[in-house]
Order: sequence, then C-alpha cells, then structure tokens
Amino acid sequence: MDNGQLIAVLASILLQASPLIIAVCGETLTERAGIVNLSLDGTMLLSAMTGFVAAHLTDNLMLGFAAGAAVGAFFALIVAFSSIQLKQSQVATGFVLTLLGDSLSAFLGQEYTRLPGPSVPHFAIPILKDIPILGPIIFNQDGLVYFAILLIFATSWWLFRSRPGLELRSAGERPEAAFARGVNVRRLRYLYTVIGGALVGIAGAAYSLDVKIGWSEGHTRGLGWIALAIVIFGGWSPVRGAIGALLFGATKAAATVLQRAFPEVSVVAFNALPWLLMIGVLLLVSNKIVGRLLVNAPPALKRPLQRMLQVAPPAALGTELKNE
Amino acid sequence: MRVELQNIRKHFGEVRANDDISLIFEPGKIYGLLGENGAGKSTLMKILSGFQKPDGGKIILDGKARRFDSPADALAAGVGMLYQEPLDMPPFLVLENYLLGQRRGFAVNARQAAKDLRELGKKYGFDIQPEEHIRDLSLGERQQLELLRLLAGGAQLLILDEPTTGISTEQKVLLFDSMRKLAKDEGKTLILVSHKLDEVQDLCSQVFVLRKGKLVGEAKLPCPNELLVNLMFEKLPPRRERASREQKQVALELKDAVVATPRLELQPLNLTVYAGEVFGLAGLEGSGQEILLKACAGLLPIRSGSMQLGHQPLDQLDYHAARAGGISYMAAGRVEEGLVAGLTLTEHMALVDQEAGFFVDWAGSRARTKERVQHFQVVGTSESTVEQLSGGNQQRFLFAMLPSSLKLILLEHPTRGLDIRSTDWIWQQLDERRKDGTAILFISADLDEVVERSDRIAVFSGGRMSRVVDAAKTNAEELGHLIGGEQ
Repeated sequence: MDNGQLIAVLASILLQASPLIIAVCGETLTERAGIVNLSLDGTMLLSAMTGFVAAHLTDNLMLGFAAGAAVGAFFALIVAFSSIQLKQSQVATGFVLTLLGDSLSAFLGQEYTRLPGPSVPHFAIPILKDIPILGPIIFNQDGLVYFAILLIFATSWWLFRSRPGLELRSAGERPEAAFARGVNVRRLRYLYTVIGGALVGIAGAAYSLDVKIGWSEGHTRGLGWIALAIVIFGGWSPVRGAIGALLFGATKAAATVLQRAFPEVSVVAFNALPWLLMIGVLLLVSNKIVGRLLVNAPPALKRPLQRMLQVAPPAALGTELKNE
Repeated sequence: MRVELQNIRKHFGEVRANDDISLIFEPGKIYGLLGENGAGKSTLMKILSGFQKPDGGKIILDGKARRFDSPADALAAGVGMLYQEPLDMPPFLVLENYLLGQRRGFAVNARQAAKDLRELGKKYGFDIQPEEHIRDLSLGERQQLELLRLLAGGAQLLILDEPTTGISTEQKVLLFDSMRKLAKDEGKTLILVSHKLDEVQDLCSQVFVLRKGKLVGEAKLPCPNELLVNLMFEKLPPRRERASREQKQVALELKDAVVATPRLELQPLNLTVYAGEVFGLAGLEGSGQEILLKACAGLLPIRSGSMQLGHQPLDQLDYHAARAGGISYMAAGRVEEGLVAGLTLTEHMALVDQEAGFFVDWAGSRARTKERVQHFQVVGTSESTVEQLSGGNQQRFLFAMLPSSLKLILLEHPTRGLDIRSTDWIWQQLDERRKDGTAILFISADLDEVVERSDRIAVFSGGRMSRVVDAAKTNAEELGHLIGGEQ
C-alpha cells in the first residue's frame, strides 16, 4: 500500500465513522442527563428510511436530514415521556421502540428500496485541504464529516465547560441534589433526550444519504447497538466516544485488508475483530484492572491516566428524580 | 433574619408528622431542635427549607409570608439547609460542585470562581482545594463545602441536620467555631437539629423539643439534661439489670489468627469469648475490628492460626457453614446487606425458613410473619416491603428473623441511627439471648454504648487488637484515649 492508498483508507474510515460519531454524541448527551435511550437501533433504521424517502420525494437533501432528525426526536420523546411522566422502565421502552423502528422501517420503506436519491455532495475546504497528510484526510470530505467533527468539540465543550452542561451532568449524577440547587431536572431531561434523539436521527439519515446511499430493508441494522456500546466505551465523553467510533471503523477496515491477505479464513472471523477489540479495551478500562496497573505508575502520570482510563457511568443513569 | 413558623401541618397518610407547630427563631442566635427519631424534626426542617410543601401553615421571614417551590427557591429567600448526607455531586470537582446552581453567565469563569471559593473558605477557616474531586473528600470537608455554598447563595438562616455524625473531632471544633462566628459576628440565625444533648447544650442558647409531631416544650440553655430527656420521652424505658455472667463455656476461640484484606492486615490475635458474654469491639473506623467480625462470620478467610466455635474447628469457614453452625451476622447496612429491598416481610420470612421443596407455603410464612411482627413490635404489616419500614423497624425485623437458637451473634453498629427506645429494645433482646448462652460480639462507634453494654471490650488501633479491658473497670473517656492509640 503506498501513501496515497493509505490516505484514501484513512479518509474513508473517517467518513464511515461520521454517522456513528454523531449518534454517539447524541446518546452521550442523553445519558449524561440520566436517561438511557436504548432505542438507537430502531431509531436509526426508521430515520434512515424516512430521511431517504423525504429526500427522494422532495429532491431536497436538507429536508431528508430534517425528517430523520424529527423521527429521532419523536422516538426519544416517547422514551422521555414514558420514563419521566409515566415512570416506566427506560430499558423496556427502549427495547420495544427498537423492535418497532426496525419493523416500521421495513414496512413503510418497502416501496422505496434501491431507488436513486440525492446524496451529500463532496466539498473540499479551500486552503485547509492542502495541508499535507491531514488535509486530504480531514478537509477533503463532505459537510457531514465536518459536522461530525465540529459536534465532538461542541458537545464536549458544552458538557464540561459551560454552565448548562454542568446542570446537565448534575441531573445525571444526583438528580435530588441538582433539584436542590434549582436545576429543573425533568425539563432538562426532556430537552437532552430529545436533542440526543434528533442527533441519532441525523446519524440514521446520514447513512442513507451519504455513507451507504439508498434504502433497503435492515439498512443500518446493528449500528445502533454499536453506537450504544461506543458510548460506554467512550466513558460518556464525546472525545473518547469519537475515538472509539474511529477505532471501530479502523478495525473494520483492517478486517477487510486481512480478509484479502488470508482468503482461506472465514469472513465471520474478521468481522468479529472489532468486537474482540472492544471487549478487550472495556476489560482494560474496568476500574479494578486499571487500579492495579496504576499502583506502580509514576505519580505525575497517575492522575491524568486515571482521569482518562477510569470512568464511571452517570450515577443516576436510568433512575427517576425523587423529590418528596 | 427573623423566622416565624405558624401552625405548620404535614400529614403522611395517617401519620401526623407535623401537627400544628409554631416557632420563632430570632437573628444572631443558635437554636437547638431536639426530638426522638420520627418526632417530626426533619419534616419540619424540610418544609422550612423548601424540600417539602406543608399541608397547612405559614412561613414568615422578616415579616413577609413566603412559599417555596424548591430548595433553590428557599435559598434565594435566605434559607439554607445542610443535610446529614451533603447534597453534593461526588464525581464533580469541588469547583464544579460550588458553581452548580449559581446563576451567573453562560460560560464558566473557572479561575475567578476558584479564587472566590478559596477566599470564602479562608474567611471561615476552611482549607479548600477547588481542583479536588468531591468523592476524595471526607464527610466533614464536604460539609464545609456545602456550608460555603449556602453562604455564597445568600443564606441568612442555616439549618444543620445532625452535622456531627461521622466527622472528626477537629472538624467538629472547626464547625462549631464557624457556627458561633456566623451567629455572633454576622447576625445569622442557626438551627441545629440533633439528638446529642451535649452538643446542643454546648452550642445553643435555646432549644425546642418535638415529640410525635408536636412542639412539647422549650428551654433556655444551659439547663439540666434530665429536663430535656423528660421532654423528649414521655417516660424513659426502665433499664434492665443485666444478668451476671456465670457460664464459663468457651463460645469462640481464636488462636494466632491472621485475617487480612488488601487494605489492612490484622496482627495475629488471640481471643476467647465465653458463652453468654457480651464482647464489645472498640476502635476508630478501619482499625481492624470490622475485619475480625467479618472473619468470624465466614466472610473473610483466616490466613493462619485457628478459630474454634465451641469445640468445633472453623478454619475453613464459609458464610453458609457459619450460619449452619449457629453464627448470625448483622451488618451495618441494613437495607444493603441485611435485607432485600423490594421484597415483603413475608417473602423475607419464606427466604429465611429455607424449607425443602420447590413450593413455598405462603399461608404458613404469612402467619409466622404476622406473629413475629407482633411479637417484635415491628411497625409494618406482613405485606410491607422492607424499605417502607423505618430504620428502627428494619432492625427489629432483622431480629425477628434470627434463628431461635444461636451460639454467636455478630453485630455491626446494632443501634446506629436508632432512638433511645429502639436501642433499649434491641439490647433487651440481646440480653434475652445471652441468658440462653449465646455470645455476642459487637462493634459500635458509640463508646458509651460499648462501656455500658459489654462485659469485656477489645480495643483496636491500626490493625492491632491492642488490649482487652473489663467493661466494669473503664469508662468512655478512658476508652477514647485507648482507641486513639494512647497507652
């Protein structure tokens, strides 16, 4: 493989990972606020189908993304309403919506399989695209990729640097204490569940309008679960989550390369590679093992390493606010 | 700020938590609020601080009637409450925790806020490190932070709910100093909710006493403790004389036993506990007494040495074997380790009975539960879930589930958080047991309790059982010196 080929592979990994990054950022926002939206797989399928159909019928790309976002927001609203208002289990609601989204997308999208439709145009950013190596990988892409990259930093800043982000995290860590400080926990959980859902919807539409153009039954099946796994892998941080999404894309690309090198090994073995890697890393970042490894680390390295590796889910994830 | 409560009422179902309570708190003074568990202190203070809404009555601050929709609302009006378990954010940085809830600006100016926080801390003698995580702080330090947050939020009235439980002596002195300063120099109103009479006597100038949801009396302090006790309890339960220990049968014997956890290794220890004996284990938390108790329960292995229950060697003990051998262990976390949240009392009883066979005799379990609930005076029904019970009743129910014949009972903080009546009841139960020859090994942080209830006391410090003393020949003060490591 020469340099040009390598750059092309890396650029393709970035493109492939972009929808996943968007979904991970969205779900990270939601879970940080204390709600787990488990419906991602169904949401993404339905929004991929809706997004494609909307864009196909109106020949308007933006309307396609808007329709996808609306589907995602609506499903998320159901999760939020049933858990916050009706006090139902978020896990149960999420599972039901996963199945519903999957079946609805297959049913409603029957007429629209394998049709042409608009797709996100390529757009190289002038000047930046000429930076050696990084230019062609990062800045010679399309709008979706730029959106994903900006989203990583925007959500990260919002979560960890802004005052609304502080309130958002407090609702997910200890809602009773947040309530005592004047945070409107319920409203805030509604808000971030819906915003997170809309982002997941955009991610779904991004597949059918950009990464895997078109619609067919089960178009994005499995990717929602991957996004959920990456949120955990990413320790509920957008930057780490994005790294996880890229790593996932990279191992998939590596699997393709390896497949070509060892044609006698079954495809299934290579497809399992990303998962094995993820389980390995999850085990590694589990607090006990890291704790043991860090005992002998130099003190200067210990704290940053700990901060990076030892993560815990939002303490109140999936629980409701009890204020009386 | 002058605070007036007028005819505050709050009912929970049948229970009148607050029944027409009227109180006045003047600025510049520290008030005590006394009462047994369940007397309505916490409810009243939660109403005053906006956490709960009263069913009736008025809150008047400096002559103006106020209604609070949330604690944040109350703080904006100048009322701040410090909870026993601080309402902070353990995973957050100290600084983030301080900033949360302040309404100023969209982006956070971390540097300025850190400087403000440090200076505020210095003013009250607290050493604050804004970049530390809350979870790494001690309870006392978290309390200091909450206090600062309330003060920064403009609190003119500060309510402190049992603030000295679980904090060190130095932190207590610091807290009391700052409380006095706040009242005297800054004219703030302070309310100390407590059931520790000494602290109330030491700090407050006036005290109100609640009982069963009603205001039953007030007193200017200092006054004799007896007066307060008489107000708190209709009549003191009579203290039973303990039967003297006659049996000389060995119940538990440890020889050069070594027990260790990753954090602490106990020095080899030798210990003999006789049948019918009450043996108290005293020490600062984490000095090793908890490990010994767990080892006796079969929850930690004995690395070397030996352990015998009666004449039965128990070196390769596990918890279920220990249970079968007649050892019962009651952990400090009643709901966490002792009971199963979500299960009813009847279901607990069915679990404990462990009848053979696949089907549960529910009618029988229910009947047994009803009988025990009545006998052990548990306030609850056979269909209540355990978390519906109060702490004292959970403990009563745990006792109700103990097998009828036991060789050894191991207790971790058996009366923590319980009022005097429940405490006394529990010791009555234990006294009954020891008459049957059951040995009792217990840990308590309350040194008075250790001295009063034990026959002998083992003192732990720094992973070593430093000595065994006769309870009749010591007192809490001496014991305090011993556990502090003094010879």
